[in-house]
Amino acid sequence: MQVTITINGSAETHEVEPRLLLVHFIREQAGLRGTHWGCDTSNCGTCVVWLDGKPVKSCTVFAAMADGHEVRTVEGLEQGGQLDPVQQGFMECHGLQCGFCTPGMLMTARALLDDNPDPTETEIRVAISGQLCRCTGYENIVRSVRWAAEKEASEEVTA
Amino acid sequence: MTTVEERPHTGFGRTLRKEDVRLVRGKGNYVDDVRLPGMLHGALLRSPHAHAKILSIDTSAAEAMPKVLAVITGETLKGLGLAWMPTLSYDVQAVLATDKVRFQGQEVAFVIAEDHYAARDAVEMIEVDYEPLPAVVDAKKALDPDAPVIRDDKENQANNHIFDWESGDQAKTDEVFANAEVVVAQDILYPRVHPAPLETCGSVADMDPVTGKLTLYTTSQAPHAHRTVYALVAGLPEHKIRVIAPDIGGGFGNKVGIYPGYVMSIVGSIVTGRPVKWVEDRAEHLMSTSFARDYHMRGEIAATKDGKILGLRVNVIADHGAFNATAQPTKFPAGFFHVFTGSYDLQAAHCKVTGVYTNKAPGGVAYACSFRITEAVYLVERMVDVLAYELKADPAELRMKNLLQPEQFPYTTQTGWEYDSGDYPKALKLAMDMAGYDALRREQAEKRERGELMGIGVAFFTEAVGAGPRKHMDILGLGMADGAELRIHPTGKAVLRISVKTQGQGHETTFAQIVGNELGLPTADIEVVHGDTDQTPFGLGTYGSRSTPVSGAATALVARKIRDKARIVAAAMLEVSPDDLEWAGDRFHVKGDPEQAKTIQEIAMAAHSSLELPEGVEGHLDATTVYNPPNLTYPFGAYICVVDVDPGTGGVKVRRFIAVDDCGVRINPMIVEGQVHGGLADGVGMALMQVIAFDEEGNHLGASFMDYLLPTALECPSWELGETVTPSPHHPIGAKGVGESATVGSPCAVVNAVLDAIKPYGVRHADMPLTPAAVWEAMQGRPIRTDLAIP
Repeated sequence: MQVTITINGSAETHEVEPRLLLVHFIREQAGLRGTHWGCDTSNCGTCVVWLDGKPVKSCTVFAAMADGHEVRTVEGLEQGGQLDPVQQGFMECHGLQCGFCTPGMLMTARALLDDNPDPTETEIRVAISGQLCRCTGYENIVRSVRWAAEKEASEEVTA
Repeated sequence: MTTVEERPHTGFGRTLRKEDVRLVRGKGNYVDDVRLPGMLHGALLRSPHAHAKILSIDTSAAEAMPKVLAVITGETLKGLGLAWMPTLSYDVQAVLATDKVRFQGQEVAFVIAEDHYAARDAVEMIEVDYEPLPAVVDAKKALDPDAPVIRDDKENQANNHIFDWESGDQAKTDEVFANAEVVVAQDILYPRVHPAPLETCGSVADMDPVTGKLTLYTTSQAPHAHRTVYALVAGLPEHKIRVIAPDIGGGFGNKVGIYPGYVMSIVGSIVTGRPVKWVEDRAEHLMSTSFARDYHMRGEIAATKDGKILGLRVNVIADHGAFNATAQPTKFPAGFFHVFTGSYDLQAAHCKVTGVYTNKAPGGVAYACSFRITEAVYLVERMVDVLAYELKADPAELRMKNLLQPEQFPYTTQTGWEYDSGDYPKALKLAMDMAGYDALRREQAEKRERGELMGIGVAFFTEAVGAGPRKHMDILGLGMADGAELRIHPTGKAVLRISVKTQGQGHETTFAQIVGNELGLPTADIEVVHGDTDQTPFGLGTYGSRSTPVSGAATALVARKIRDKARIVAAAMLEVSPDDLEWAGDRFHVKGDPEQAKTIQEIAMAAHSSLELPEGVEGHLDATTVYNPPNLTYPFGAYICVVDVDPGTGGVKVRRFIAVDDCGVRINPMIVEGQVHGGLADGVGMALMQVIAFDEEGNHLGASFMDYLLPTALECPSWELGETVTPSPHHPIGAKGVGESATVGSPCAVVNAVLDAIKPYGVRHADMPLTPAAVWEAMQGRPIRTDLAIP
């Protein structure tokens, strides 16, 4: 079957098997390898992307279900050569080590801040609790998200 | 707020990681991201049985599937002499099973197809006729006379015994125990766990049929060791093998060994003449790749009535699974378990370890264990708490009373380790101060009055990391020394080539900092090349916290060679004698005249110019070195964990965790703290959630993240870190390595805290993982066996 999915603003039209997972469509058909696959059981969350503005685990969505919809991936965070504040926060606060969970964490973090610009530590922990990181013990991921929240708040004041 | 892009930075201290620039953009390059023209996809058929005879394999239906190019079985490999491969412990392991399957998930056949989905479909079409055999799942019963023999492929193997190994003075230890006022014994299990890096294992093999050159992209922590092993296994000429370990999504020791899937991708590429990718799924990863621990220990501790610890005695049954494939220095079949004497001044100690085969996946040394030091530290720190329980002593005070004193270093343990340096009481005191230890004990007493269960767990650890020296430590005859190569280009930019391979530890940053510290070059001007055997010098790789202790030392020393050469060049430039020059961090100047100076960048250009150099001095500014460590380094730390236990459910909440680490000099404190954070989460996971258990048929009960529970952000508290710095006296920059410290030290602190909480129920010990059910049963006086689902 033919599906068309708009990924980071570009339409991707491909002939696919109905069983093709969205994560594989993104990686293989669209060639965007920033989104990772990690577990098959919706536990690890390294495959998190946005589907119509909401984070989803793309290993649990068929590409066919995303036909005609909008997807945003980690490659779509940087705008006009400027890193998103969550990307900056992860760099500033050492929110990543091996980097494998990072794309999913970044997409969840961006969605959280859009929804709640000033989250508490607990709110951040709840937001990322459907995702696994094996390197950071989560501490610096929490700090990274707070860093991004504070940066955005300070930019809003200056704007 | 400052921007996050690179700023001028030189030497040690916090600086942002170079690797993050690509990783936060989704521009990393992991094995599964590798795409080669004409690339095919492989998938493995795995055994559903833990122990069964293979009667027949029918691949015809699979071969008839669309998009399938080949189906390879053990019979095919037999013809090539590749059905079995050597392990890193001088055993053999089946690449694809021929006679029997020996654990659930074992590799049986390999399909090569045009795409991943087609390969998986074809795997389902292979028909194997098995005759199930009784499985050995309880390590304690593996040596029973009626136990089925797992390794009947080996000549003269009439039982499931692998090795007996001991350390320490048994007679002296027995004498100390015979005369001791207090002797306490305890059975302690360190259950089987799996490191579960978020990226599974995989490889892309590309054998060029014209040149005969094999390029293997693979998830390897030890690319050079892998290259040599492939040369030995497959008879491929070593100069025609290039192993590339690109970005690795976590390793933790899981990616040290060579797995059948890697070998099959190579075979597949040879058979088809095209590149073949193999990437396992999560269930395959958890079921077949290197697990950790599975040590069944009986510890005994001897002491005086007033709490002076005299001796330790340990007997271990070590479950190595179906093939002895532990990845460790070959002369150490139990790894470095004999550092079980811990951080205390003992009169005698003895341990005996018996390795056995079971119908489980091979492995054992993985998961940031520093070659079994996790098991050793867990044993001794649990035994100290068991002693405290019996003596009704405070566990922190008991430790303080027995810790080695600073003036005792260098200290030789009863099992022969020479601890290089330390101030243990200072670290424990700092941890107790940070925790507010006395206030916590008062709070606990008040809560106990009200029936609330709060626990405070203390653990102290001494690590031994940075293997070699090569004389004592090798893997399959390859000595554990590592090379480094440094080139300073004419404009003063540098390229460092190292043998070790980051899996997230940030080598591209910290190793640049080491060079910068020695030569005064900005971190941004130093490129670190690693993970490609065609581009880097030989070395044994990254595991056992050895990167900084070994390769970091090589890096400092190769930079010092450059500095020595730069002195000669600068002397020629300034027309003075080299002895008249003084190094000033980033330049040489004439002694007493700082104006008469040449920066390292100026020297680099001159070294490549037509400047006349003294007789015998080559031009350019390059150097190589091989570092053979004189001793291990000995990081240490004091950890305190505070938990609350729900008396109604046995559920544990980790409220606080205080970790004081001493890893010597810290190159990049930000990265050091990150390493500690990750290890502390491991401790919470192992203590409370993680276990690879089996049922009586040998079914693996943790083959997905729904069954094998890992800690999330909600189970982890906000870590409270402290530090002391005792530089290693023999390491060029005084660093000790830190990658595994927290994983080694933290599980026992959590367990000790939980058991401290339920002490009012008369519980002295219960085994990990302390799930709500395990805690509840222990509170009822019915401690459960956590590794087996057998009634």
